[in-house]
This record gives sequence, structure tokens and C-alpha cells, in this order.
Amino acid sequence: MIVVDRIAKAFGTHVVLDDFSLTVDKGEVICIIGPSGSGKSTALRCINGLESYDRGTITIDGTRVDRGDPSIHAIHSETGMVFQRFNLFPHRSAIENVMEGPVYVKRLARAEAHAKAKALLEKVGLATQIDAYPDKLSGGQQQRVAIARALAMQPKVMLFDEPTSALDPELVGEVLKVMLTLAREGMTMIVVTHEIGFAAEVADRVLFLDHGHILEQGPPEAILRNPQHERTRDFLQRVLRPGA
Amino acid sequence: MSVLTQFAADARDFLPILLKGCVVTIQLTLAALVLSTLLGFVWALMRLSPYAGLRWSAVTLITVIRGIPIIVQLFYMYFVLPELGVQLSAFQAGFIGLGIAYSSYQAENFRAGIQAVDHGQIEAAQSLGMRPPLVMRRVVLPQAIRVFLPPYGNTMIMMLKDSSIASAITVAELTRGGQLIAASTFKNMTVFTLVALLYLTLSLPLTFFAHWLERRFGRK
Repeated sequence: MIVVDRIAKAFGTHVVLDDFSLTVDKGEVICIIGPSGSGKSTALRCINGLESYDRGTITIDGTRVDRGDPSIHAIHSETGMVFQRFNLFPHRSAIENVMEGPVYVKRLARAEAHAKAKALLEKVGLATQIDAYPDKLSGGQQQRVAIARALAMQPKVMLFDEPTSALDPELVGEVLKVMLTLAREGMTMIVVTHEIGFAAEVADRVLFLDHGHILEQGPPEAILRNPQHERTRDFLQRVLRPGA
Repeated sequence: MSVLTQFAADARDFLPILLKGCVVTIQLTLAALVLSTLLGFVWALMRLSPYAGLRWSAVTLITVIRGIPIIVQLFYMYFVLPELGVQLSAFQAGFIGLGIAYSSYQAENFRAGIQAVDHGQIEAAQSLGMRPPLVMRRVVLPQAIRVFLPPYGNTMIMMLKDSSIASAITVAELTRGGQLIAASTFKNMTVFTLVALLYLTLSLPLTFFAHWLERRFGRK
């Protein structure tokens, strides 16, 4: 479904992605882990065209992801993106945030969009907060609205860019729970995360990225329990036992 | 006759003429405000465009417009353009000149408002599949408006006062009316006190309107 074929990207002389390839099948859940600055977020942002790449190709269901081509808007609406800092529209209530795409991009009737948005907010556990503005919601609640907003476009794939990194520790669980439900329902997902426990439980495949390069990949038990590379072992040790 | 009763008697004589001037001042201010807002918005979008040619043109335009005194721009409209074959009435030259002169301030103001919107907002909107015009209309402008409305209120009041410059190209607005009466009656104090009070009176509703705009759009 998604084929990333040896893409490369550099900012000046700084190489961000180097020979990055990835194939994702429908229903697969991929977790990308790796130290900060390893290019995880950039890889994800290239896949939905928020970022350009210098070489290689990315296709989603056969359509090339190209920022310079008008087809990019369709690609955008087929890939749900969840940001580290939520990026909810502060001037619209929770339900308006969720309705925005269906009403203005898909041209769905308001009543229908409203009903669907309400159902999505119920699904992410925010049935009582549909009219709240983002500044009245906790980080965890905002992120769940953001997930509902992305789901409202009925995307083929959901991309998560460190969705819990900006959250207080006690709010991480409620967001991961929603993501877990999505994964169980068969949603195709690519998740950039530091939540190793989540990756272990949900991922079909874990990628370890280092200096823009996939150092190793495989089923979570292989990568997380028995990493082959020194750098992967180091990283996991640091993430799992902070301060060690 | 005391000074005050004399003032009241003169005021009764002069006010009808001055009030006609007020009407022109209001028309001139509104027309110039609309034009400067439209042009300013266009310059701001050009200034923020991904195309270097557009950005460069906007910067040049804004710099040139801002660097020339308003009165000189009005002289250009009224006295120079006819030599180039463009005939404008005094009122047309006045509102077009003021509109262009003010567009540079409006442009910088709009640009500041648009740039104050977090880039993550634009990415979120794009990720929903929105095209640039929709991103601008639904996401950027509603947030930018909070930044540019307070200075916009100020601009409206400045425009009202600067519309008096059009008196120099014979637009029959309030200041011009005052000058004509003063020149023929020599009652400078009465005339210009009345003119000052009328400007003040006109600016009050604008002040309230500016506050209302701020309240209406300033939240959320």
C-alpha cells in the first residue's frame, strides 16, 4: 500500500535521511524508534508530503507523493496525521475541529458531518466535551480530538509523530489506549514513538532508525528483546532505564 | 455680545457648510479604508508568497509607497496623472491616493498577523487536504485577525484624520470647508475649533467600533 523506495534528504550538508526504504501493507502497524535527530519525524512527514525529499520515490496505492503536484491535496486527505503538539485549531470547538475536514474538504453536509464527528469523539472518550474549545482541554484530551479529526477524513493510513511526547506522564495512557483500539480494528498505522511498551504490544514491525538510516527492523520481540546492533541496545537501555 | 453667544451665532452660520464637509470626509475615509485594506491584503499575500518575484515586487512597492509623503502622492494623483492622460476628479484622486498610501501600513500589519499564526496550524490544515486558499480562509485568517484588529482600529482613526490632507487637492471635505470659511470671515478661532470638534466627534464612533471589533474577534 505504501512503498518508500530509497529516499534521501539533506538540509545543506546535514544528511537527514539516507537510503530509507519501507513497505507497509494494509492493516500493518509500524513503529519507528530511534534517538532524536535520527530522521524519524522527517521520514513520517515525507510520507504524507509535508516535507519534500531529494531522491527516491514514495507511493501510496500507486500514487506518487510529490509536493509539487496538485495530487498532493488528495494524498493529504488520505493520510491522517497526528502531531506531537496536537495542532488543534484554537478558534474552533472540539467538534468543529473534527468537522472541518469533512465539511470543507469533502463537502459533506453539516448535519451528517456533525453526526459522524460526534460518533468519533465518543469513540475517543470525549462524548461530554464535544463543545469545549482546545484551551479548556488537557493535553491528552486535545490529542484525542486530534486523532478524531484525522480519522474523520477516513484516511487509508494514520501517521503519528511522537503523539505522546508532549504529554504529562499520567495522560500518556489515555492516548495510547485510543491508538491501541485503532490498531486492533485493523487501521494501517505508522507511529514514531519513544513508547517502547506500546511498540512491543501493538507493532507488527519495529524500525530502528539511526542517522537517517534503518539500522535494523523486524518483529518487536526481535528488535526490542534481542537487538543485533550495539546502537540499538544502547538506545533501548537509555529509553527503558532513564538515567542508566 | 459675549464671546460665547458670538461663537454660538457663528457656529449656526458655519455648521451647515462644515457638516457637508463632514459627509465628504466620511465618504473619503471609508473609500480609502476599503481600498487600502484590499491593496494591503494583496501586498501582504505577495510578500508571503513562495515566488521570489512576487515577494520582491511587494517589498519594492511597500518601500516606495511608504517613503513618499501622502501629500506628494495626492499631488501626483491630481496634478501629474492628467498630464499622462488620466483624468481623475479631486475626490477620486483623494481616495485612491490615500488608499494607496495607507496600503503599505495595512500590508505590514496583515503580514505580522498572518506570520503570527503557528506553522503547525498550517500543517494541520494541509494534512486535512485543504488547498492554500482554504487554509488561509478557515485557519490562518481567523487567527491572524486577533493580531491585526487592534492596530486596524488605530489605522481607521488615523485615516479619518489624514483624509484632511485631501484638502490640499481641493476635495471639499471638512478641513477644506473650514479653510474656505476662515479665509472669507477671518473667524479663525471659531472655524477651526468647530473643525477640531467635528473631527473628534467623528472619531468617537470609530473608537467604539475598534473596541467592538476587538471584542468580537479578539477571543478564541
